[in-house]
Amino acid sequence: MSFNWLRPPISGRAPPQEILRPVRAGYIALTLLSALVLNLLALPELFNQVKPDLIALTLIYWVVYHPRRVGFLPAWFLGLTMDVADGSLFGQHALAYAVLMYLAILLHRRILMFGMRQQIVHVAAILLLSQLIMLGVRMLAGSDFPGPLYFIPSFVGAALWPLLFNVIRIPLRPRTDPDAV
Amino acid sequence: MEYSPPPFFKRGPSLLTRFTFFSILSAVLLVADARLNYLQLFRQSIATVVYPVQRMGSLPGEAAGRIGEFFVTQSRLQRENDQLKHQELRNSAALQVLKSLESENKHLRELLAMRERIARDFIPAEILYGHRDPFTRRVVVDRGIQHGVHAGWAVVDENGVVGQVTRAFPWLAEVTLITDKEQAVPIQAVRSGLRGVTFGIGYDGTLELRFMPVNADIQNGDLLVTSGIDGTYPAGLPVAVVSNVERNAAYAFARITCTPAAGVNSATHVLIVAATEQLPENPALEAPTAPKTRKAKR
Repeated sequence: MSFNWLRPPISGRAPPQEILRPVRAGYIALTLLSALVLNLLALPELFNQVKPDLIALTLIYWVVYHPRRVGFLPAWFLGLTMDVADGSLFGQHALAYAVLMYLAILLHRRILMFGMRQQIVHVAAILLLSQLIMLGVRMLAGSDFPGPLYFIPSFVGAALWPLLFNVIRIPLRPRTDPDAV
Repeated sequence: MEYSPPPFFKRGPSLLTRFTFFSILSAVLLVADARLNYLQLFRQSIATVVYPVQRMGSLPGEAAGRIGEFFVTQSRLQRENDQLKHQELRNSAALQVLKSLESENKHLRELLAMRERIARDFIPAEILYGHRDPFTRRVVVDRGIQHGVHAGWAVVDENGVVGQVTRAFPWLAEVTLITDKEQAVPIQAVRSGLRGVTFGIGYDGTLELRFMPVNADIQNGDLLVTSGIDGTYPAGLPVAVVSNVERNAAYAFARITCTPAAGVNSATHVLIVAATEQLPENPALEAPTAPKTRKAKR
């Protein structure tokens, strides 16, 4: 299987900077809303255990590649929405997303310097930490540790990072081929 | 690693300030929700806004189910139909006996001047999806406040008790399964008549019958039914079958494990049973002795 369609390819080198079309706020909202719908997709029990948090992943993308476009407020409200939809404690996802935003904003210049492979590691670390926050909150509230499989969604999410990077960029790439003169 | 911009570029409060603000806000919400049970209205208003998105998310699954139903073979339908007819026949026979027993019971209760048992309303509902929250065992059903569902009502399927409505939203309701951690159901053993309370364990699909003395008359295979003393679950519904009894004289209580009678994880259609029975208040000075069901905590 070839991954040539992935631009940049999964490698250790920092990807060359692409010149993208300007990002409209509506497009950011659309991606976050689609992530919400995909998060709320009713799936069989087996998939529920490995399903990554696409909202978290999309938030990291916007913060890293288009800094200062998505702020804390929309992320926090998306967290509240996830709390209501998931029936978890009110503020659990909101807190996790606040931590995620902080880390992503703090690290965004650093992440940009790395190639896809190292970026995946960074994303995995951020996702894991936000899951750890949720675990800590729930265990403080009296729940049991649900087992080590609880952390699988973070790794699946990190593995999906190059895919998400490319899918979000499809409408942002210039329409004409820059090489054709 | 954060580089602060020169002071002549206005960029609002610093990253750390914003992070602290939103973290504290979340923490306040968490405490308000977990400890004080506020925010029910706030949660419901967000739930109303999210409802269309939730339905959109469950559409693909429903469509797949419909397509699957469309390709059901003739022979399977025939077989199912036969089965249902047989069951209907058996049920109607049982129902005839029940009718005569019911009138007899009513008569006897009148003779003994006992309180009459009230027939309860029920609302049929369909389970939409299991919860994504990995810490709890809950499901979401497609009936809510608009259909008359209230938090605290019991949920049963054709084989027994499934759970209890813990949150009612305008068009949806959240049902906590009896296998959820600390979810309590007051029961009575059919064979020995002993009363007790089962608690969900949480991590696997079993229940635990707690606080039974080591010499309690409980055996493997005993059927536990709801005792009805809580006013939430109607009396006499199967809850669980005792699967393992561990008696160790070193401990005050026996370790009794039970498996739920209802298809707690497999049911697709359930009945939501109204809690109509109004129990008298507990005597003011006496400590309440009867264990009560957790009513819509959290």
